[in-house]
Order: sequence, then C-alpha cells, then structure tokens
Amino acid sequence: MIFTIAFKDLKSLFSSPLAWTILAVLNLVAAYLFLSQVDAFIAIQPQLVQLANPPGITEVIVAPLFGGAAMVLLMVVPIISMRLLSEERRHQTLALLISAPVSMTEIVLGKFVGLMLFLFTIIGLLVAMALSLYAGGTLDIGLLLSNVLGITLLAASFAALGLFISSLTAQPIIAAVGGLGALLGLWLINLSAADGDSALRYLSLLNHFEPFNRGLIDTADVAYFLLFIATFLVLSVRRLDRDRLRG
Amino acid sequence: MEPSTAPLTLCAKALSRNYGHRAVVREVSFELKRGEVLGFLGPNGAGKSTTMQMLSGNLAPSGGSIQICGIDLLDRPKAAKAKIGYLPETPPLYREFTVQEYLRLAARLHRVEQSALGQAIERATTLCGLTQVRQRLIGSLSKGYQQRVGIAQAIVHNPEVVILDEPTVGLDPIQIREIRSLIRELGGEHSVILSTHILPEVESVCDRVQIMHQGRLVYSDTIDALRRFRQGETLLVGLHRPPEPGQLAELKGVGRVEVAADNRFLIHFAPQDDPTAGLVSASVAKEWGLYLLSPAQTSLEDVFVHLTQREENERLQPAPDGTASE
Repeated sequence: MIFTIAFKDLKSLFSSPLAWTILAVLNLVAAYLFLSQVDAFIAIQPQLVQLANPPGITEVIVAPLFGGAAMVLLMVVPIISMRLLSEERRHQTLALLISAPVSMTEIVLGKFVGLMLFLFTIIGLLVAMALSLYAGGTLDIGLLLSNVLGITLLAASFAALGLFISSLTAQPIIAAVGGLGALLGLWLINLSAADGDSALRYLSLLNHFEPFNRGLIDTADVAYFLLFIATFLVLSVRRLDRDRLRG
Repeated sequence: MEPSTAPLTLCAKALSRNYGHRAVVREVSFELKRGEVLGFLGPNGAGKSTTMQMLSGNLAPSGGSIQICGIDLLDRPKAAKAKIGYLPETPPLYREFTVQEYLRLAARLHRVEQSALGQAIERATTLCGLTQVRQRLIGSLSKGYQQRVGIAQAIVHNPEVVILDEPTVGLDPIQIREIRSLIRELGGEHSVILSTHILPEVESVCDRVQIMHQGRLVYSDTIDALRRFRQGETLLVGLHRPPEPGQLAELKGVGRVEVAADNRFLIHFAPQDDPTAGLVSASVAKEWGLYLLSPAQTSLEDVFVHLTQREENERLQPAPDGTASE
C-alpha cells in the first residue's frame, strides 16, 4: 500500500515539468562541479606525485562533488517536497487516501518513499558521474559508499522535514519557503557555533554529514539522521491525524 | 428488495461533532439497509457534509458511534473503510492521471486483488458511462465527466455503502438526469447515502429521506410520506371571474384562503375533507371560469419552516406520551 502511494506520487511528480527541470538543472550543476574538480586534479597532479601518501581521485573529485551536491539538495528538496501534502490538501484530494482503508502512517510513509525514490535518481546520477572516473583511474569504493550513505541519509532528513512542513499548510509555496528556511536554519546553526563542542553544532545536519564525506561512518551520526527522519515522519502523521480530529 | 428483511449496512448512533464550542451535528442517529437509497436533505450549513465526512472516516466524531456492516468505524477503521465508497463535495481527482490510471489507483488503494483489478475497473467505467474517455486525462474532462469519475472512484471496489456528497452540484440538466439514473442503478446492489439541498432530486432517486436542520435530524421518513407531507393540504386554484375570497371560504372543507396574483388562490384544507369536488361544481354553477386546479407543492423552505416550527411547538408543549419528533 505504501508503494501504491509512492508510485502515485512519483507519477504525479514526473507528469509535471518540475521534476524534469530539477533533474536537468541539478545534473548541470553537479557536472560543472565535477568537471572543475577534474580540472583541479589534473592541474595539481604533478605535485601530488611527489607526496609520500598522495590523496586519490576519489578524495579530490568525488568527495567535493558530494559535498557540493549536499548543499544543492538542501535547496532543491523543499521545492520537490512542497507539493506532497499541501497540494493534496489544496485540491482536497487527500479524501481519496483517507477514505481508503489505509492508515495515516501508510500515507505518510508512502509519500516519503515516493520522494526518496525521486531523490535516489539524483543520487544515482551522482554515482554514475563518479563511476565514470574508472575511465582514467581507480576509485576508493569505501569512500564512495560512505559518501553515498551519507548523502542518502541527509537527503532523507531533508525529505522528512519537507514532508512535515508540507503537512502544515495548503499553500505549496509557503511549504517550500518554510522548508528552505528550516533547512537553512539548521545549516546556519553550524556556522554560528564556531567552537567545536557546542550543543548548537550538534543539531546541524551538515555537521553530521561531514564525517561521511571524509569516509568516516560514525554510528552517532547515523543515529542522529535516523532520529531526525523518524521525528518528522511521526510529526507528519500526528498532524494529519489532527486534521481528522479537529477538522 | 424487501426493505424490512434486508440486512443493515450502516448504523449511526448519537453522532455529534463540535468545532470548538459550536455544535455542527447534534445527536444524529439513523440506519441504512442494503439496497436502500437514503437522501440527506438540508439547507447549506445544516451539517450534511460534516455528517458525510464522519461516515466516511474523514472526520472523527466528537461523540457517538458508526457501524458499517457491523464493524465499528472508530475501532477498526481499515476493515470498515474497505466497505465504503465516498465521493466528497469536491471530487478528489488527480488531474494529471488518465481515467483508467486513476481508477486503477483507487482500486489498488481499496485493496482490490490484482487479478480482479481489470474487471473492477471495467465494471466501474461501464456503469458510469466512461468507456469513451478512459484514456483521457482527468484534467481535460468536462465537469460532468469529472463528477462521474468521482462516482466511479467511489464504486470501483464494489462497496456495501456508497456515500455521495452533493453529486449533482454544478452539472447541466442532462448530466443531472444521467447521474440520477446512475444513482438509482447503484441503489440496486449497494446502499447509497446522498446529500443534496435540492428537493426534487431526493424525490426522484431516494427511497427514504432525512432532513437536517441546524445539525439535527428534523424529519426522517419514506419518500411517499414526504410527498404527502408536501402536497397534502393546499390547492392552487385559478379562476377567470373570481368571486370574493369570502365566498370561497364558505365552501365545504375549505379552511383558509390566500389570494395570490393573476386571480389565483391558495386554498388550505384539512387532510380528511378534500374540497376539490365541491369547488369544481361550485365553479361551474356560479361561472367562475375555473382554468387551473392543482395540488400546490410546498417548497423545501416551507417544509423546513413547517418542520422547525413543529419541533419548537412540541418542545413548548411536550406530547402527552413523551414522544417528541426527532
């Protein structure tokens, strides 16, 4: 049932130009990032050879690519997630899902999975870009996988937050602006808390993504992301239930 | 279809709903049997849509219980909802889907088996006359067709109870007639609840009618009883050469006479003695030039006024046996 809803959302998403435009623009930006990193690598390659333990192409090209993609996703996910629930509410189509024998949890999970499937295509394109480096060298698969895991968790967190904000309003644009504001806020917390161990810093999403970017998979970071996702999914379910209770 | 022996498909008890301190639906109780078409009638804001939303599980009642085929909607929502088809006031259509895709989605959401899917969609499209447009995008269909897709969505999983909230709103007369005959057809195997504020609509499709006013059920009876209730006690008479109204009032059985425009009169009478025959012979004898004689149909507003007044009177003077009308 979750997948029925997920595929329904994916279909809606891909029948509008928005999804295609986002995929195209995102790919363009990522490709630019990627190529500039390739350029930089070629420029510094002679000096790298003289180092005793030089960084490989994965560290020089792939890690910055994923780091940049994380920032772009921060801005793009609210735009995709804005319509998930607010549009259904605006066109009063939620009644179809609610009067079907489907629980609120299934509706929210379906929407979340649908959005994740879309985000996986974006991540898939990034991975394909990284894999193309096999044409001229070898990759550090461990580092690549840690980056993929990190960006998946990060994107899922963005998606969960976006879904929740979308459940609060009937105006997709407000949902987008709200989602973007919330995500930027969580990112800025990181910048404002300069000292290393402040509690604010611990809240920052990107701060928890960084170790993945360096190839370090820390269970604390994984737990943080999973808690973040679970919290906002539960809040979305509660919010939808409240509609039914209070009307 | 014998209503007395048909099993109950829906049973609502003391259903209430408040928004804040405002009670929108108060203690509404009713039952629905299989094969019955029940009309919910009331002016705007009477609480019809709120009741429909509660019956379909879209809104939690503040009090009372709902049972669908013996399953409690609040305790086991999934099992109960599987037996309901619901068309809200605004049909929940995804404009970017084709009719076929949309119905497939609705059927899947209602847990129709994969093997039965094609047949279920086929049945709903044929029943709702959508065969011609099944490959078209819902967004490009006319309002009438969209409404039909909404109905198709509500019946695709062959539910026991079909709940239609103002299904004919915004349609042209031909479409209204088609939708009405469709609803009649549905009444054969499903139980249908229909809400509307149009009285003739209820008369043309429903077996039973309930009238809501300010959140209460003020009337609940068969459609024939409503018809008698509406037209029983007034005659509309047109005379070319009318006498003084006092002369009319003197005829046997005539109660009160109201003078209307164009030499017309509204004659009220008690149901037990009908003055029609006396009126005709008097008109012939005295050459009044009778050109119009018909039972005057009270409008829905009159019915409301009557019902609400009756309710208030009864509240002021409680009936001796204590049975106040609902």
